[in-house]
Amino acid sequence: MTAPDDAMAPAPAAPAAATRPFYWSVRRELWENHSIFIAPLVVAALFLFGFLISAHSLPTRAQDYSMLGPAKQASHLAQPFEILAMMLVVTGLVVAGVYCLGALYGERRDRSILFWKSLPVSNLTTVLAKAAIPMVVLPVVVFVVTVAAHIVVLLLSTLILAANGLSVTPLWTTVPLVQMELVLLYGLFMLALWYAPVYGWLILVSGWARRATFLWAVLPPIGLTIVEKIAFDSSYMSHLFGSRLAGFAADAFDFDAPGGAGDPLRMLTPGRYFASPELWLGLAVAVAFLAAAVWLRRRREPI
Amino acid sequence: MACIEARGLRKAFGSTIAVDGIDLKVEEGRILGLIGPNGAGKSTALNAILGLTSHEGELRVLGRDPLTQRDQLMTDVCFIADVAVLPRWIRVSETLDYVAGVHPRFDRAKAESFLARTAIKRRSKVRELSKGMVTQLHLALVMAIDAKLLILDEPTLGLDILFRKQFYDSLLNDYFDRSRTIVVTTHQVEEVQNILTDVMFIDRGKIVLTCSMEDFEARYVEVMTGPEHLAAARALKPIQERQVFGRSILLFDSVDRGQLGTLGELRTPSLADLFVAVVGAPGPDGPAKTQGLAA
Repeated sequence: MTAPDDAMAPAPAAPAAATRPFYWSVRRELWENHSIFIAPLVVAALFLFGFLISAHSLPTRAQDYSMLGPAKQASHLAQPFEILAMMLVVTGLVVAGVYCLGALYGERRDRSILFWKSLPVSNLTTVLAKAAIPMVVLPVVVFVVTVAAHIVVLLLSTLILAANGLSVTPLWTTVPLVQMELVLLYGLFMLALWYAPVYGWLILVSGWARRATFLWAVLPPIGLTIVEKIAFDSSYMSHLFGSRLAGFAADAFDFDAPGGAGDPLRMLTPGRYFASPELWLGLAVAVAFLAAAVWLRRRREPI
Repeated sequence: MACIEARGLRKAFGSTIAVDGIDLKVEEGRILGLIGPNGAGKSTALNAILGLTSHEGELRVLGRDPLTQRDQLMTDVCFIADVAVLPRWIRVSETLDYVAGVHPRFDRAKAESFLARTAIKRRSKVRELSKGMVTQLHLALVMAIDAKLLILDEPTLGLDILFRKQFYDSLLNDYFDRSRTIVVTTHQVEEVQNILTDVMFIDRGKIVLTCSMEDFEARYVEVMTGPEHLAAARALKPIQERQVFGRSILLFDSVDRGQLGTLGELRTPSLADLFVAVVGAPGPDGPAKTQGLAA
């Protein structure tokens, strides 16, 4: 599923009567859910704080790395960048999950759904705006925060090394930072597409459950797995859920690609990814879940 | 085209019937008061009119089906459900931005000028405002929308008397014109009596009385009388009788005023008294409560 382009566009001065319900619906989500920005920023800040504390040993480590071969040296130097990116990607996923579970639940609980529904914004627009948060907004936020934090790490490392009279050349030449950022951007959006049915399910549950959204989201898949195991002694369900949660990288990346260590862009396999039936099946399920959520929002009343 | 038109409107929650087949026609330019006890089905009927709940029966609002065409309908319809529905996390400035961003008929300058007359700060969050201020904010948003139909469901619930008075004054002076239609439900019947053009009593999901305020004033009359005329008054079949300070007040429907004038002092009853007479439990020896109704 895709969101119209204006989702992230800055607000131009619109003529008086022109309305942009989708754009303002996304803005409204950002007003309500500050954690979309705050959580990645806090995680990045914590990482930088830890990085600063560990900085005193950086010169020694840099000298140790320089004894190693260029490939090993590069992988050691790239490590903090990779860990930081990984932490922020995981943070983004957690925020997305928490957000989706509250997406259609909070407005019913505080009865503000009556206010939102008193305005000429369709249920479809509202649900799509909410789906755009995990699908578009969070990947962009995670990407921007990661790149910014990477730049800070790079500058701090450079300062520390230079202050200790060490060469900064390996840091600037062996770590393929630009390629890493492109891989991150690719990975974030491929991950969002892969998780689309998960987000769709969570949004659907948030529009349906009267309480305990988390249990309603988690128990049905677990229950299905158990019932299947007992009834048929098979485990298709657990494979299905398992590959949905963890199987995204298998088609999107080729980690053994030749030259992948020096140029991570060689590891990307978008062709294989977009040819994967699992991806398209997942997207179809996501559309079905979101359609059900639109239908529910029309009928559900405040809790 | 009638503003609201319903035939056989019905809504059940499980085995509880909230709205039991009501017929309704509200013409443009009217201010209709929907009056009934708690659980009478007022809010459910309004929710159906607003497309917030599914229903059985025929229902058209401004010629549209409210459930399937809610988003188009909401360009022409505004509503204030009750004071508690503005989201608590939103800032006053954000409500203005949002409504201006999504509503083609919102006049931001008008909302701003209304807010300027209040103590509400732009930077405040709704959770920081008093209940009365939240209503003022909501009213400021709604009054700046050039809508054809405004629906108010207990808009002044829990507000003090100053805010309630101001609310209805603003509504009449700054908002209402003959081309708009307003439907209001409230428990504070006496406060809306003077602004209504039509009134409808609803009880247990059914309409028990509907009339215009002119008809109301022409049809219903109260006589305050002493014991000497009581028997004669009772012979004219009052629909309600009550005692105040040793005198009797009898409420009549469509009885000749000349005849009644000889029995005591005449006056127009309050809607609240008529409501009690029509809907409320009759006294032990009082007249049957459905008597004299031509709903």
